[in-house]
Amino acid sequence: MREALTTKQLSARELTKAFYERIDHENPKLNAYLALSPERAYAQADRVDAAIAKGDPLPPLAGIPVALKDVLSTAGVRTTCGSKILETYTPPYDATAVARLDAAGAILLGKTNCDEFAMGSSNENSAYGPVRNPVSLDRVPGGSSGGSAAVVAAGLAVASLGTDTGGSIRQPGAFCGIPALMPTYGRVSRYGLIAFASSLDRIGPFTTNIADSASVLSVIAGHDAADSTCAPASVPNYSSEMHRPLAGLKIGVPAEYFGPGLDPEVRSKIESGIGLLEKLGCKPVAIRMAHTDYAIATYYIVATAEASSNLARYDGVRYGLRVSGNTLMDMYRKTREQGFGPEVKRRIMLGTYALSAGYYDAYYLRAQKVRALIARDFSQAFEQVDAIITPTTPTAAFKLGEKTSDPLQMYLADIYTVTGSLAGIPGMSVPCGQTNAGLPVGMQIFGSHFGEARILQLAHSFEAAGGFTM
Amino acid sequence: MKITREEVLRVAQLAHLELSPEEVEMYRGQLDEILAYIGKLEQLDVSNVEPMTQLLPGTGADVANLHTPLDSALRDDVVRPCDVANLVLAQAPDAAKPFFRVPKVIDR
Repeated sequence: MREALTTKQLSARELTKAFYERIDHENPKLNAYLALSPERAYAQADRVDAAIAKGDPLPPLAGIPVALKDVLSTAGVRTTCGSKILETYTPPYDATAVARLDAAGAILLGKTNCDEFAMGSSNENSAYGPVRNPVSLDRVPGGSSGGSAAVVAAGLAVASLGTDTGGSIRQPGAFCGIPALMPTYGRVSRYGLIAFASSLDRIGPFTTNIADSASVLSVIAGHDAADSTCAPASVPNYSSEMHRPLAGLKIGVPAEYFGPGLDPEVRSKIESGIGLLEKLGCKPVAIRMAHTDYAIATYYIVATAEASSNLARYDGVRYGLRVSGNTLMDMYRKTREQGFGPEVKRRIMLGTYALSAGYYDAYYLRAQKVRALIARDFSQAFEQVDAIITPTTPTAAFKLGEKTSDPLQMYLADIYTVTGSLAGIPGMSVPCGQTNAGLPVGMQIFGSHFGEARILQLAHSFEAAGGFTM
Repeated sequence: MKITREEVLRVAQLAHLELSPEEVEMYRGQLDEILAYIGKLEQLDVSNVEPMTQLLPGTGADVANLHTPLDSALRDDVVRPCDVANLVLAQAPDAAKPFFRVPKVIDR
């Protein structure tokens, strides 16, 4: 695409227009875009075309059409978090990740649908209706970044940004059959990301190939003074690092991720994937991660406790919805009651309960201790191996409505992804064939802290050897 | 364990949520089920475990390329321009510049 632009076979404006035409045609059946930003997109396209005409050096993503999950702040473009409470909210500034894409010449096509405040595993918790999986329209695209996964899988953006708190990038990547990367906590600035759970939230890319994952990560990664949790670590050249050969790498295969809940078809694909990595020179090593089974319980205390605190800001005073009341308290309560959907209220209730007087030690403190044990499982594993391979999800994409009546069953869809979220390490889902019904299977690659280059190296060789379509 | 209706109402009050009677009953049942599942954490002996408060390791090869230690993320205390009051107030449901207007809190 970059070559077509620089050799002037195609202008950035023409390319942008072609994407918008395609979106107009395809989006009504997917419901993946919530808002389009043509003014911003065409202005950027014209800047890129002017630079090409003048022969100026082009930034790394010049003219590349991208989409953004609707929890990322975009100056002048409505940002709802999939919630009624922010239906009218237009941020006055760009999130750092958005500003970096913009500065790299990317064309911001619009904002993508997601579960309300990124809380969900199917995109069915959006106040603006569910997203449909482009691979099979009666199935969910995964969540919470379902719209960001769907637009890339359907060719309605070249790349997109999602956010991952317990699996919200990797799981929709697996369900829609595309590479999806959750970087290390602190690798990408969270400034301007509307917070769900601050010790877990990460921003990362959806793409159709690993070279693009590396390019986008290179642009958005790196220190930002506006986010005190963003690490002051140098950013490797992911696009060259990913070409390193795999010979001699040890890949850990934890038994706990291949237990009874795993669908046999998914298991067989992941085993074939591990076989392919072995052929490419990796050495599989059986490992144990003893606290895996406690991860969901730990996650749903830590994440909901942080959410109950972060979402206290929606009170009808400064932005978004206000429902009038006789007193200030009455206004707060009515605004929150009408503005939040059922899953958000459920998590606020759970988190408030876990933090409330008399329960803090039993729930939150205990969960933070178990979290330390889960993180220790990973640090001990990485003393033995270079990466860990697991299924991304226990099953392929489920049907719309299949799990909506049972919140706990929905939470268990994240059983293989929340562990890495709690430990702060990076993880990526890469396509690994399909089930007999033609549904994509995702293979998850965990790396150690700041080990994105190692993950991309494995993913790139796997892709080049035909692993995506095995 | 069983969550009572009174506990649900107490939590809703803490969270500033005005739940309908149907919601109170629904959340009572669901919280009960979720907390019963979370109870599995009690199976672990965590008496000698420190709670996790730092996400990134302080040492090790992975973080050798850090310029400064992760526990000292302080920036210089310098004044920077921040002229955004009008932009911020433009998003308010009820602004009376330079204030946000809310129902009367103090009666006198």
